[in-house]
Amino acid sequence: MHELIKFVPLFPLIGFLVLGLFGKYLKKEALIGAIGSGTVFGSFVISLLIFFDFAAAHHEKPILVPVYKWIETGVLNINISYQVDQLSILFSLIVTGVGFLIHVYSIGYMHGDRSYYRFFAYLNLFIFMMLNLVLADNLLLTFLGWEGVGLCSYLLIGFWYDRKFEGYKITWTGDAGNKAFIVNRIGDFGFIIAMFLIYNEFNSLQYTQVSNLAAEATMQYFGSGTITAITLLMFLGCTGKSAQIPLAIWLPDAMAGPTPVSALIHAATMVTAGIYLVARNSVLFALSPFSMEIVAIVGIATAFFAATIGLVQNDIKKVLAYSTVSQLGYMFAALGVGAFTAGVFHVMTHAFFKGLLFLGAGSVIHGMHEEQNIKNMGGLKSYMPVTYKTFFVATLAISGIPFFSGFFSKDEILWMAFSNGNVFLWLIGAIAAFFTAFYMFRLLKLTFHGKERFDAHHVHPHESPKVMTIPLIILALLSAIGGFLGIPYALGFWFSHQPNLLETWLHPVFSQAQAILHRTEGHQVHSIEYILMLVSVAIAITAILLAKRFYSDEKWSVPKALAGKFKPVYNLLFNKYSLDEVYYAFIGTPVFKLSQSFLWKIFDVKIIDGFVNGLADVTVSTGERIRRIQTGVAQNYALLMIGGIIIIIAWLVLSY
Amino acid sequence: MVALFITLFLPLAGSLFLLLLNKDKPKLIKYIAFGFSFVTFVVSLFLLFFFNQDNPDFQLKFEAVWIPSIDAGFRIGLDGMSMLLLLLTTFISTITILSSFGAIEKREKEYYVMILLLQFAMTGVFISLDLLLFFVFWELILIPMYFIIGIWGGKDRIYAAVKFFIFTAVGSLFMLVAIVWLGFYTGTYILHNAAGFTTNFFVLKSALLSHPIPIEVQRWLFICFALSFCIKVPLFPFHTWLPDAHTEAPTPGSVVLAGVLLKMGTYGLVRFNLELFPQASLEFAPYIAVLAVIGIIYGALVSMVQTDVKRLVAFSSVSHLGFVVLGIFSMTVEGLQGAIIQMVNHGLTTGMLFLCVGMIYERRHTRDISEFGGLARVLPAFTVFFGIAMLGSVGLPGLNGFIGEYLTLFGAFRSPVLGSQWYTIVSATGVIFAAIYLLWMFQRVMYGTINNPKNENLKDLNKREWLTLVPIVILIVWIGVYPNSFLKISENSTRALVKKMELAKSGINGKYNLNASNAYKK
Repeated sequence: MHELIKFVPLFPLIGFLVLGLFGKYLKKEALIGAIGSGTVFGSFVISLLIFFDFAAAHHEKPILVPVYKWIETGVLNINISYQVDQLSILFSLIVTGVGFLIHVYSIGYMHGDRSYYRFFAYLNLFIFMMLNLVLADNLLLTFLGWEGVGLCSYLLIGFWYDRKFEGYKITWTGDAGNKAFIVNRIGDFGFIIAMFLIYNEFNSLQYTQVSNLAAEATMQYFGSGTITAITLLMFLGCTGKSAQIPLAIWLPDAMAGPTPVSALIHAATMVTAGIYLVARNSVLFALSPFSMEIVAIVGIATAFFAATIGLVQNDIKKVLAYSTVSQLGYMFAALGVGAFTAGVFHVMTHAFFKGLLFLGAGSVIHGMHEEQNIKNMGGLKSYMPVTYKTFFVATLAISGIPFFSGFFSKDEILWMAFSNGNVFLWLIGAIAAFFTAFYMFRLLKLTFHGKERFDAHHVHPHESPKVMTIPLIILALLSAIGGFLGIPYALGFWFSHQPNLLETWLHPVFSQAQAILHRTEGHQVHSIEYILMLVSVAIAITAILLAKRFYSDEKWSVPKALAGKFKPVYNLLFNKYSLDEVYYAFIGTPVFKLSQSFLWKIFDVKIIDGFVNGLADVTVSTGERIRRIQTGVAQNYALLMIGGIIIIIAWLVLSY
Repeated sequence: MVALFITLFLPLAGSLFLLLLNKDKPKLIKYIAFGFSFVTFVVSLFLLFFFNQDNPDFQLKFEAVWIPSIDAGFRIGLDGMSMLLLLLTTFISTITILSSFGAIEKREKEYYVMILLLQFAMTGVFISLDLLLFFVFWELILIPMYFIIGIWGGKDRIYAAVKFFIFTAVGSLFMLVAIVWLGFYTGTYILHNAAGFTTNFFVLKSALLSHPIPIEVQRWLFICFALSFCIKVPLFPFHTWLPDAHTEAPTPGSVVLAGVLLKMGTYGLVRFNLELFPQASLEFAPYIAVLAVIGIIYGALVSMVQTDVKRLVAFSSVSHLGFVVLGIFSMTVEGLQGAIIQMVNHGLTTGMLFLCVGMIYERRHTRDISEFGGLARVLPAFTVFFGIAMLGSVGLPGLNGFIGEYLTLFGAFRSPVLGSQWYTIVSATGVIFAAIYLLWMFQRVMYGTINNPKNENLKDLNKREWLTLVPIVILIVWIGVYPNSFLKISENSTRALVKKMELAKSGINGKYNLNASNAYKK
């Protein structure tokens, strides 16, 4: 059964080729949509089959399925080969499952677009690359997927290449795409060097081999400089792909793409690749306490910093984008304290609720004729009931209201941050959670509740067609109940010895790392865990009530007064801490200026060419001068000859 | 062997045949030129059947007496590296001639005579196994290329042609001196043969293996050869002829220049510098690698600030060939294999970028980036091709450029000769800059809306242009997805070379005492 894994990436590849090469001749949108979604559905079904088979067989060890030899030269021997294990199956289910729903949604969303087939071709290519990323059995194939999804992200952000988009030094959507690709390349630089170091150390790029070798020599590697360098460089790659500090700047601008793209790539799947990479290399990370600390700190700082920005944004997609950055920060915080399962758990629930939020936002934008500013919305509840209800479910989930999916996963992270990390990690995480609940309910209030602030003569909000709302409903269901896969022991011990299904499922993947970290899976009940749980519920509810209070008032007098009172803080947040400006001022512009005015115009043109031309000039002018010796008068020649002979004789005599 | 012979001489025959034709029939001349080139390409494919990949030595050899008094002979043959470069030459030449149909609109007869002569000379360079023969072919290149730039080029074509000629010729002079010294030394002091001289590459190779040249002399010989090759590559800081030559050359001229001519430099470095002067190569490796690394970054940075698309692509060559040189002087199997595949890659992607730039030039007669914008709307098919070439050049995994860059960087990272990981670390940042200058250029040319009314009614690709681009795209994807079919061809000869370099390295540490037991005293 596991041999079928080859077909999981193959289907979307075929979809891409068919749509890319012949899409132009397929006139019917329905056909294009069916091909695009059908291939992904096929992959989903196969992933499910493999999942059931794998679960039934109680495999502990990963199964490797080689396809063909890719690069074979010298000592290198890299295969296109897939790894079937608990982690890759889980990710493949998320990617193809959520991916399928978003494909279906896009059938409605992209209706009437003149490049309809191109959109689905790119989406299918994305799924193919993402599957390579998560299914690969070695780092280089993962890297192929890693850069491949980056390519698709670039292509899809700039999909409407003739539309303008506002951002720092950004005029067109394509500029935003460039920014995403280039910032990611900085991360990829780290990834590449990490791969070289890994090969030097372990003579392999295969995950299983590297992990086993590293785990066997724990004593040798624990805390070693090499491992720290490897993991930090790898993490640099993750900060690019998963938009963490210091490379977080590209994700908000990535919202230039069509909304299904934001949902699929920039919320549910691609941006979680960084978490996947750390989880996949959990053994290496576990061997470097320093790197783990960095991961945790960067994660929690990003969670906090992005949440604060989210408080004051007015573009519906921008709010969600910063929210995504923030949630990804939580996941890294979890990984950083060694709670790998919790991090992966949050990837899953986040894929449900954030995918849903973006699709809901798309439905709103669709219904509002491309309006994205929430200050110009309001009262949409009655116009688009399904969108509203599903959006509401997702908002509850992300805010951490008990028994919705986000509650379980976020609470697990906070608890782990407290118990395995320290109280500061927990505190910052808790404050960020407060902000999260606040900005989400602010968004909900401003969009769906209150007075209608749009011009009803020109804008006629309407509910989206079924092909878009059905995916919303399915995702809403998953957002509501998806958390029950990871019930913490403290809540579930009374009905099962192993209430956390996800933890049990992923146990074989992380057992080596857990052993290095000396973590036994904590099956004791701490009273403090209950207290913290109550605290975070209280935090969420306070934030929600506050947001309600602030934005039920149609004049927004309290938030306006606050913004006025703390003007510098407000501006700082509103301008996203001016990170783009700082990067440009200190790196971008100087490098550009240096290249233009020195390297090219002075070094190349003046110095090198100047030297060469100077040499030519000297040759010519010397020739001009020496020419005068050729006077044509025989006596002069004779004189010169005698002079020469005398010099030579003198030389010979003197040198003896 | 016969196939190799045909591959070499068919373009020359074509060139001579065209001379007989009436110049008033440009269409006929075009098709005949294409015919000769295409048949040559097909014949060169047959070489693959006769070529044994498991054999690291030269194959399909042929030898004929040429100038017996100095033991110079007509000696040709192929090993893995020259096999790949030969195929690249015949392939790119065919594509080039096809692209000339639109780009060359005056004095067609002379042009096609020149381009076929050029193909003959380039082929000769890659298969010569005699130093003098190599030198003749090497110099022969200058003649057609000089005229191609000088007659069919752009505004400053004369300046560019002369600059190209002088830069290359200066380098060649040093090489000639070194060849003479080498021939005399080997013939007189090692072989004691009748001529007292030899330019036979085989004989030189084996003679120098057992009797290495004293290191003090080897250094000078190395420099003479390397100077000539590094100018051709071009390695920083010898690169300034390249942007001018590329910018002024007609499209097919740039394609063949980037596609094949530059590879002659890197080929020469491997074939002659590494093979004949292994000890000096080991000594100089770190210095040349430093220049390569500077070239990678420098080329990328200067590329970034160009306003002329063609000049931008030209500077990107400096960056890309830096990877090749770095791979060569890593002297590891992976690095050299990467360098060889990167030579092919650069020929394909940069050649294709020049083709694409040429296609918009033919439509708009400008190459100024600010003149464009929004072309994707009117040229959808072109956008796809241009995009693939651009991404190949960026080094996206799954396309060709990645394989070459990855292998060269990998080789340099582990190279015992270079002995430091910093070469790779610094070079790898070039990957970031490549994305910046290429993506940014693509954005400004292809995306956005059309602001310039002149761009509104451009015609998308015609059938001939499709025919030019599709084969390259197939290879770009092929090398990215299944590089093994190419890597295998040169694997064994590369391994043999690296083994030799390792021997030489252990020799430096005392196996041969280069200064005492040298051949001079015999």
